[in-house]
Amino acid sequence: MIRTLPTSKTYNWAFNSYVILYFTFLFAPLLVTCVLAFNNSQFPSLPWQGFTVEWFTADLPSRVGIFHDQINLDSIWVSFRVAFFVTLLSMAAGTCAAFLFEQEDFRFKQLLYFLMLAPLVIPGVILGISILLLSNTLGTYFETSWNIDVELFRPGFWLVVLGQFSFIATLVTLVVSARLRKFDRTLEEAALNLGANRFEVIWHITLKFLRPAIIGAGAVAFLMSFENFNTTLFLVGYEATLPINLYLQVRDGSTPVINAISFLLIVGTSLVALANLYFSRKSE
Amino acid sequence: MKNQKRWGLFFFLSPVLLWLVLLIVLPQIDLLVMSFRLENDEGRMVWSLSNYLNFFEEPIYWLTFVRTAIYSILVTFLTFVIALPVAFYITKVVAPKFQGFLLVLLLLPFWVSELVRVYGWMILLRESGVINHFLTRAGILGQPVEMLYKDSTMILGLVYTSMLFMVVPMVSVLESLDNSLVEAAYDLGANMWTILFKIIIPHATPGIVSGSIVVFMLTLGNYLTPNLMGGKNSLWFTEQIYNQFIASFNWNQGSAFGFLLLILSSIIVWLGLKLTRQNLKKVVQ
Repeated sequence: MIRTLPTSKTYNWAFNSYVILYFTFLFAPLLVTCVLAFNNSQFPSLPWQGFTVEWFTADLPSRVGIFHDQINLDSIWVSFRVAFFVTLLSMAAGTCAAFLFEQEDFRFKQLLYFLMLAPLVIPGVILGISILLLSNTLGTYFETSWNIDVELFRPGFWLVVLGQFSFIATLVTLVVSARLRKFDRTLEEAALNLGANRFEVIWHITLKFLRPAIIGAGAVAFLMSFENFNTTLFLVGYEATLPINLYLQVRDGSTPVINAISFLLIVGTSLVALANLYFSRKSE
Repeated sequence: MKNQKRWGLFFFLSPVLLWLVLLIVLPQIDLLVMSFRLENDEGRMVWSLSNYLNFFEEPIYWLTFVRTAIYSILVTFLTFVIALPVAFYITKVVAPKFQGFLLVLLLLPFWVSELVRVYGWMILLRESGVINHFLTRAGILGQPVEMLYKDSTMILGLVYTSMLFMVVPMVSVLESLDNSLVEAAYDLGANMWTILFKIIIPHATPGIVSGSIVVFMLTLGNYLTPNLMGGKNSLWFTEQIYNQFIASFNWNQGSAFGFLLLILSSIIVWLGLKLTRQNLKKVVQ
């Protein structure tokens, strides 16, 4: 059973092979995607035709590598900008919410807390369409009542940012709250006794304490935003984010350029994830 | 001091209120209102139940709905069955020095975009795919078969996509399981299955519930995986919503579908919490 108990050979063997099988299941699709990015073939499939980096670097009529593929490069840049703003906004709002729910008392706190958790149980598709509907309602209202055309209310960059922010902020709130709960409040009292005001205390003491959690949550927020598909699908305008753009390409047939992008994504996100893990271990 | 306290509350409350009211509450209200509106023959918007009646009258709509719900429950259950031994292995069986490494290995694939993971499965499974290549090479298959675009592959993809959200809460809950309980049961003569059902699963219930809720909700609301791995036969309810919104441009019908999906997910989450006597607040912590 567990480490300290005697176990039979078959049991150990079966358990080990199950876990090995599980990890194979976990990594097989990623590994195959990466390997086929370097296959010298027009299609992302076997047989192996030899090693090439042309799907990254080439600029030929028959194959355009990712570094010269303007549409894909543009969508990567859009995704970066979206993720940047989503991260910034959700770090700010999430930290405020953590302070609000951990340190303040007010009426309807429970109700508001449940509202804050709501994005966890609302499917992403529903968040997307409901925000699309509201922005459309508001847009029509502004146009008919005051004859103002507000860019923000049309599907596009900022609506994508807001849509992703609406649920990513909840995750940041939960992470920062968990850290804030461990904070020793006598430190605050000491600072207050020594003459600091509440905001000085928060700025110099509490936020310093929270910093690893906020940065860690920010990294998670960035990755979640970068890869979000379900909510973004309904809010996207003419500037497609990378997942949307890849989806359209995969749906209509695929070239090894998608493997090349996937390879870069896998390497990039793994590095961010590992760095995040390393720093969060270190701070504990 | 009192004044500062007020300002503090105001400072923290206003962004949170803006976020929750503008992006969560009002949109959901608008969704509900829109679902009861209909454009009549003269082109004016009137109140009507017909969006919901359409849903019940057209078998394709409610059959898809039921199918999506049943498959989501199945996916949640399969994810649980596959994840439990892995979580148990990592927390209780493997030598402690490998524990951290295995955990990292477990998390890593899920940082990568869902699209890339689904794409990986497509390359593996399709007719010209890698698995077919090896099977025909080895002589097991006479000619390649299409493995994509079947219900079973769609379920495989959905289980794969949501695995992480089951394993992680289970690992954290099993970490707090006291080994001596298992040892005591063993000494008293319990066999493996008794230990599993009387000690491990009851102890892991909070983790199982929170994992199941997240997995169920993500599966129900998934569009990408059913669409790409299930193909034309996937019949997933989110695709109906997408079709109403983007293809038919019938936003009122789409809103009714969206609201039905929201109700379904809330009811099942609520039932799950009630049956296991948990509450949402405890589950997220």
